[in-house]
Amino acid sequence: MSAMKVFTDPIIKNNPIAVQVLGICSTLAVTTKLEVTMVMAVSVMTVVALSNLFLSMMRKLMPSSIRLIIEMTVVATLVIIADQIIKAYMFEISKQLSVFMGLIITNCIIMGRAEAYAISNPPFRSFLDGLGNGAGYGLVLIIIATIRELIGSGKLFGLTLLPTVNSGGWYQPNGLFLLAPSAFFLIGILIWIARLTVVKAED
Amino acid sequence: MRKFFEKYKHLFEKGGKYERWYPVFEMADTFLYNPLHRTKGTTHLRDGIDLKRIMITVVVALIPCVLMALYNTGLQANIAIAATGAENLEGWRHTLIRAMGVGYDPHSIGANFFHGALYFLPLYIATLAVGGFWELLFSVIRKHEIGEAFLVTSLLYPLILPPTVPIWEAMVALSIGLVLGKEVFGGTGRNFVNPALFARAILFFSYPAGITGDTTWVAVDGYSYATPLATQSFTGHINVTWMDAFIGFIPGSMGETSALACLFGAAVLIYTGIGSWRIMVSSVAGLVIITGLFNMIGSDTNYMFSLTPDWHLVIGGFAFATVFMATDPVSAAYTDKGKYYYGFLIGSMTALVRVVNPAYPEGAMLAVLFANIFAPLMDYLVMRANIARRAKRYAA
Repeated sequence: MSAMKVFTDPIIKNNPIAVQVLGICSTLAVTTKLEVTMVMAVSVMTVVALSNLFLSMMRKLMPSSIRLIIEMTVVATLVIIADQIIKAYMFEISKQLSVFMGLIITNCIIMGRAEAYAISNPPFRSFLDGLGNGAGYGLVLIIIATIRELIGSGKLFGLTLLPTVNSGGWYQPNGLFLLAPSAFFLIGILIWIARLTVVKAED
Repeated sequence: MRKFFEKYKHLFEKGGKYERWYPVFEMADTFLYNPLHRTKGTTHLRDGIDLKRIMITVVVALIPCVLMALYNTGLQANIAIAATGAENLEGWRHTLIRAMGVGYDPHSIGANFFHGALYFLPLYIATLAVGGFWELLFSVIRKHEIGEAFLVTSLLYPLILPPTVPIWEAMVALSIGLVLGKEVFGGTGRNFVNPALFARAILFFSYPAGITGDTTWVAVDGYSYATPLATQSFTGHINVTWMDAFIGFIPGSMGETSALACLFGAAVLIYTGIGSWRIMVSSVAGLVIITGLFNMIGSDTNYMFSLTPDWHLVIGGFAFATVFMATDPVSAAYTDKGKYYYGFLIGSMTALVRVVNPAYPEGAMLAVLFANIFAPLMDYLVMRANIARRAKRYAA
């Protein structure tokens, strides 16, 4: 597989959420506002790319009996650094992300990529693989957040696109799209679309 | 007419010009005549009842509820108008009432029916259009026959909505409900929740302002009237008499105010064997037992504790939910024992949501949906228990 494919494959064709169905929990939690979602997507992308890079560099030094603990330590360190940076420079958003920033560590995609790819591939490719998976994750998050914010509150990035009834406009926002179940529906529909197009094309 | 169908049949059959539209043709044909496929041969032990007949029976059972919906919606609106005056009323409904010279007299049966119909029929027609559209779309794509279940769903749905709900909100919620609650699982007969009720839940969470609160229950703009359950929950007093609540002359969702009409429906469903009496009985038992218990315990801070079981049976949507929603043969439990558990779960959950949960005064909708989800598990457990019992019997 070419290095380019390592990066591009997980974005659409092998998308971690829509095709592999990983990392659903944070997709439900942080997709009500596009701005917050972008920060989350970039954080996850950075963490998964860097953890892949470092773990791949250490892969020959790790005894396999304690490799999970080492992987956890590396990922946890990166998550804490990301969390601190967000807190320092984007305090408002960090308040909205609250606990979910720290919970990046439990995101299946990160450990999954470390286990499945980084510990058996060279560093640069692992880094690309992490970037690609992070981008695939971010893509789905952004699609869902766009739909949810637009339908749920008539805004994008906090800018009013559809003036709501409460503020004198005409748009009656759909409250369901601000609740977590709507993200379930949307992910379900995305998986449906992915199965119809991407996966079917492969068979 | 028959000749007309025979003449054009070939166009819709395999290789015909309109092959894709066969479901539409089939629907029109079997709706007017007998089904095309009949059991052949000399001996067969099979009931002639099919999906169409079941659905028509349910529609018949619903007739009293529909009549009550028409009459009571108009009655409540006219009573409210008699109290506030009819001068400042605007909108096409009122233009039509004035043009027809019907008036707003709450004592005139005709005026009540007319006023109620102006609220019920637009909603019903919109529901039929949306329900029919999705059913048609999925049937044509899947090459299935069109199930008549959507006729029942479309009739149930407006009956469980308040009269003032904006029609487009109802249509949006119904679309989401039908597609996500029924069609994605394979259409009629494969839905795990009751589609009409699921659509109402979608509406409830999507546009809470259109379906809850005090101004939605009487079909007059801005007229505030809390439902009996809400008044009981917030003040500890009920604002209607028991008899009115039983017959259904109280504001509420259009078709579910009348326990009497639901009783008639229950009689029809049980007599024809379509609705399960086990579910109805155990559901009522669940509600009576749990509310009776709460009633005995009593509470100083929660007024709902003091409401006696006989009241719980007649107010809110419980009667309608038990008779028409809970007994939906697709989403209910299938085994006889499972039906008892399933019904009891509905009754007791309704009681729990009504009494203990401060946010929602009414819980029948959520209780039925909750039990729908558990129905397959109950069937599974009942079957496992049966297998274990038999294994024991033969092991000995």
